[in-house]
Amino acid sequence: MAKQDLIGGSIWEEYSQKVQDLMNNPKNQGELTEEDAKRLGGELIVADFGAESCGDAVRLYWIVDPKTDKILEAKFKSFGCGTAIASSDTMVELCKGKTVDEAVKITNIDVEKAMRDTPETPAVPPQKMHCSVMAYDVIKKAASLYKGVDMESFEDEIIVCECARVSLQTLKEVIRLNDLKTVEEITDYTKAGAFCKSCIKPGGHEEREYYLVDILAETRKEMEEEKLKATADKQASGEEISFNDMTLVQKIKAIDSVIDESVRQYLIMDGGNMEVLDVKQNGQYTDVYIRYLGACSGCASSTTGTLYAIESVLKEKLDPNIRVLPI
Amino acid sequence: MKVYLDNNATTMVDPEVKAAMDPYFTEIYGNPNSLHDFGTACHPALRKAMDHMYEALGARDEDDIVVTSCATESNNWVLKGIYFDLIKNGEKDHIITTEVEHPSITAVCRWLEEQGVHVTYLPVNQDGIVEAHTVRDFITDKTALVSIMWANNETGAIFPIEQIAEVCKEKGVLFHTDGVQAVGKIPVDVIKAGVDFMSFSAHKFHGPKGVGGLYIRNGHPLTSLLHGGEHMGGRRSGTLNVPGIVGMGKAMELATYYLKFEEENVRRLRDKLEDAILELPDIYSVGPRENRTPNTILVSVRGVEGEAMLWDLNRAGIAASTGSACASEDLEANPIMTAVGADSELAHTAVRLSLSRFTTEDEVDYTIEQFKKAVERLRSISSSYAYMPESMKDKQGEGATHG
Repeated sequence: MAKQDLIGGSIWEEYSQKVQDLMNNPKNQGELTEEDAKRLGGELIVADFGAESCGDAVRLYWIVDPKTDKILEAKFKSFGCGTAIASSDTMVELCKGKTVDEAVKITNIDVEKAMRDTPETPAVPPQKMHCSVMAYDVIKKAASLYKGVDMESFEDEIIVCECARVSLQTLKEVIRLNDLKTVEEITDYTKAGAFCKSCIKPGGHEEREYYLVDILAETRKEMEEEKLKATADKQASGEEISFNDMTLVQKIKAIDSVIDESVRQYLIMDGGNMEVLDVKQNGQYTDVYIRYLGACSGCASSTTGTLYAIESVLKEKLDPNIRVLPI
Repeated sequence: MKVYLDNNATTMVDPEVKAAMDPYFTEIYGNPNSLHDFGTACHPALRKAMDHMYEALGARDEDDIVVTSCATESNNWVLKGIYFDLIKNGEKDHIITTEVEHPSITAVCRWLEEQGVHVTYLPVNQDGIVEAHTVRDFITDKTALVSIMWANNETGAIFPIEQIAEVCKEKGVLFHTDGVQAVGKIPVDVIKAGVDFMSFSAHKFHGPKGVGGLYIRNGHPLTSLLHGGEHMGGRRSGTLNVPGIVGMGKAMELATYYLKFEEENVRRLRDKLEDAILELPDIYSVGPRENRTPNTILVSVRGVEGEAMLWDLNRAGIAASTGSACASEDLEANPIMTAVGADSELAHTAVRLSLSRFTTEDEVDYTIEQFKKAVERLRSISSSYAYMPESMKDKQGEGATHG
């Protein structure tokens, strides 16, 4: 949240002039018939994608030259909001003159970029990005009909966020490499989930096969398990593990062991003692909560010299980011 | 021509209301809580405004009409107040509302669910309302409150408030109604209706924005939402919005005066507009006319997405509204269309037109002409309309009236 977020605007104010012009006067709206195909010496392809019940539906017409696979003519019909009409129109414009294989490479991102007035300003607000996804899908549908193959054969990876075209593989890698912990961080790094938000969690605009919340949870779990396994393997092979790589249980054991070896005996000599109540990870710090027993309890030095000594030993033997907090 | 047909969203401030408010910005600007003459100078106008409100809503002197900043605040206050009064202490744990309430009810209910409150969201029937017997079926001995709107903002459907209040009284459950869309459009008498709480907002009946109210029946405690000074009898702290209160009082007075006009003239223009729109093929209006606020039409235009329709109307200078997913942040289909059981094909095609006493015959005629043009253009582009089988075109949306 910031100043610019406090007074919302109308989404219409965020449509580029090109989008608005195409909404008002789509250039490629219409139908193509068998007669048109005959006249141009090509094959007519009619592809439907989406449904009115989902809020968006588009029909794409191609006339394809069977000798060269070139799209000789293209038109569309669209049930959808103005941005869906503008996206469909732009998609058709981008198809014309290309071969079917080239057309399949057109993504919704290309469609959105083509509708920009200036290279750096998005053509539509984030939540309208999904309107251009349908344009991409219908091209694949048309190509699959022309080639007699499945639509899926044009996808070589699993796309989780259709708007930003982010794959499952990319998401997992980015989470691992950058140790991401929240969906917001994923969005900042990859743009996935920044647009129509369907891919964040179930219950959005459309049902998805994969959701960012699940991918994050699963990847974090895998990372945690791998870390545990690596630590256990190191331990098994007698290798030294750094304090930071230890699990919380291992850290507690290590702290207890240092206290037993290097601290407790000095306290007992003076008629006192101590116990570790809890160990908490607090960002980069490891906070050790302790309670003094016997003569240490209430001793003036317990919050000054003694405390400093205990903390120094732990810092020196284990990790400089350990803090000791008497309760 | 510019035509404003989004009066369920907000209304123009009546010039008489503005004139009544004007002196309280620059001439009589004292704080009503001050002891000096500058402060007391605005008391007569505040009392008069309160008199208008009590009279317009049929409240008794022993009841409270507390001025708030808006109906959202009033709705929040009732739900959260009841939570602190009856639920947090373990006495009750249940609230009943409907699926079609304003977000200032549903969002608070969702927040209350996070606090452990059990909330029942009743579905509406094909006419867009909830019957009293349905409410009765869901009341348990753990129900603290029933909160059901008086009239719906999208369909204009009027709920059987008196009967629901009767059921609540019989079962010993408190009843709140969000009266925002009813006040100024249909007669509202809180005593006759038997409600315990009612929210309202000035800007929906030609008053200023930023001022609303909550009617609280005598004897009902309600934990305050805003603590501070002893304003509004200690029920709601905050310096009194003097011009706002004066404006709301005047707007209430005028709304009462114009009720007959609303019932006759606004209804006549609404019916004229609706009849003309329904002459087009495959257009449906939601909810029976006789049980709707006289200014509201919610139509579904088969084959035309709601936001696209709004875009074309706006180009023609006409302001309307849509519950269409594409025009909102969340991209969900219009819940009202789903609730009234319109077939899924129609969920994204809703357009709301809401008139006011300032809507003219010429504006309605112009809207009819432009609406038809927009439907024609967008259907010519539509991928779903042009190829719809004839059998489908004649299919009547369930719960909708075929034109």
